[in-house]
Amino acid sequence: MSERLAVKKTYKLAIGGKFPRSESGRSYQVADSAGEFLANAAWASRKDARDAVAAARKAFPGWSGATAYNRGQVLYRVAEVMEGRRAQFVDEVARGEGLARQRAEKAVDEAIDRWVWYAGWADKIAHVVGSSNSVAGPYFDFSVPEPTGVVAVLAPQRSSLLGLVSVLAPAVVSGNTVVLAASYERPLPAITLSEVLATSDVPGGVVNVLTGRVGDTAPALASHMDVNAIDLAGAAGDTEHAHELELAAAENLKRVVRAPGAEPDWTAEPGLERITAHLETKTVWHPVGI
Amino acid sequence: MAPRLGKVTVLSALDDAHLADVTTSEASLRRFLHGLPGVDEVGAEARAAGLSTRSIKTTAKQFAIDLAISMIDLTTLEGQDTPGKVRALCAKALRPDPTDRDVPRVAAVCVYPDLVGVAAEALAGSGVKVASVATGFPSGRTSLAVKEADTREAVAAGADEVDMVIDRGAFLAGHYRQVFDEIATVKQAAGAAHLKVILETGELATYDNVRRASWLAMLAGADFVKTSTGKVSPAATLPVTLVMLEAVRDFRDASGRQVGVKPAGGIRTSKDAIKYLVVVNETAGEDWLDPDWFRIGASSLLNDLLMQRQKLATGRYAGPDYFTLD
Repeated sequence: MSERLAVKKTYKLAIGGKFPRSESGRSYQVADSAGEFLANAAWASRKDARDAVAAARKAFPGWSGATAYNRGQVLYRVAEVMEGRRAQFVDEVARGEGLARQRAEKAVDEAIDRWVWYAGWADKIAHVVGSSNSVAGPYFDFSVPEPTGVVAVLAPQRSSLLGLVSVLAPAVVSGNTVVLAASYERPLPAITLSEVLATSDVPGGVVNVLTGRVGDTAPALASHMDVNAIDLAGAAGDTEHAHELELAAAENLKRVVRAPGAEPDWTAEPGLERITAHLETKTVWHPVGI
Repeated sequence: MAPRLGKVTVLSALDDAHLADVTTSEASLRRFLHGLPGVDEVGAEARAAGLSTRSIKTTAKQFAIDLAISMIDLTTLEGQDTPGKVRALCAKALRPDPTDRDVPRVAAVCVYPDLVGVAAEALAGSGVKVASVATGFPSGRTSLAVKEADTREAVAAGADEVDMVIDRGAFLAGHYRQVFDEIATVKQAAGAAHLKVILETGELATYDNVRRASWLAMLAGADFVKTSTGKVSPAATLPVTLVMLEAVRDFRDASGRQVGVKPAGGIRTSKDAIKYLVVVNETAGEDWLDPDWFRIGASSLLNDLLMQRQKLATGRYAGPDYFTLD
């Protein structure tokens, strides 16, 4: 009997709950840390970015309108399915980041725990950053946080799963919908996560994943008038590029999470900054009833 | 070059001298309409699908977008329409994008008869026409006297164009003479106003019927043939519009009179609109690529065209937050 041929994968994008090829028809080869072929990934164009934003916008009313409790349950379910795919994630993180097996396992565990931690915030964040205000009149006065809308997230280039979860989960947990530009060299955990999301009750379009050169899609996302916020984590260390993206984002006053000088240590305690970065506060005056 | 489906047969059935004779009696009308060659359904759909794959980019796209905007009959036909909404729509018709004065005006604003006065006042002297639906829109199931009165009232209130519906029940029952007479009567009642005849192709069932109804309307004096009311699904489709464009092309060859075409309903994106323009150019020809001879009945389409226009001008994708709701 002949030796079995390996099945080489060609991955696609994740847009609006479907897995389309890039509109451009292009793909590129993903190699592991030693330069060995891993898989083919789609090379998204700016038109794919446009389609992803349209899908995210369409999904926004449903996702932001769901109760916080319901969103939390859906995100817990995502963690369960991630746990089921643990071996695949470990393999992808180990080969992509060149980690020893044990360290890769630790990174994946941390990523899943991080997802659970953020999922827990779904129905709690409003009570921490919202308030009932004391006012000098016969009114109830509330400040409540609301999701900002469609958020473009440039995923970290180096930490392909823990870093990814650390920027993606805080954006979706509060009800935003996301267009995610995955790491160029290490996209596989993001692609697998998109498959996890597609099979775990997350409505289509809530998270849209683009693979390919961030330089192709990021300018289109940063300047897109229908994107409300952008997280530049993936542009860490590239101040010139980050600066251009910030300028493009200024046109419609996007909320910008600025790019750090170097990619941070994602194992550190995350805090609430990334959740609150994609929230706006609505204050309501309500006459007191008799 | 468009395949001229059945053109030769139409012309041989119709040497010019006999065009008037066709309408003398129910029998001659029926003989003529049923003598029209059948539409090759598969061919028409394949042709429309083929034409819709044309890639229209950069300067051609710019031209197409502005042309499409200038062809729009900006429409609101809802039970909840108010004078305020019509005034807002008229403001949008006059200046579709308040931030850009280069955007052309739309062709017309299309409303229910009772709101014609409001629209006429808002658009007075601007060159944007007021179109009114009439004759018991959308079903057309009223008596001829009511249809006539409906039309007269709309015109008296200031409508430049009247969009009438045909009695589909009568047409499908084969009472062609009745439909013919109704159109002719309404045409007379409309006077100087342009008459658009809505065939409601979604209820006509076959392309053969679309072709017959188009010819019937043109013989009865229609200035435009229009696909749909927008209240029935399917509304306008590319193949149906293709069949109607062939009919107006052949009718001009036979009679010397040019008739316009207006697809309406379901055209929501710039891409769709550009497909229609390609079909117009390739089927009826350049003569129809003009707001006087081709209109698009739509409301949400305008915003999409404006967003595409802004994308071409600025290079960044536009968002609906920056355009008026309608």
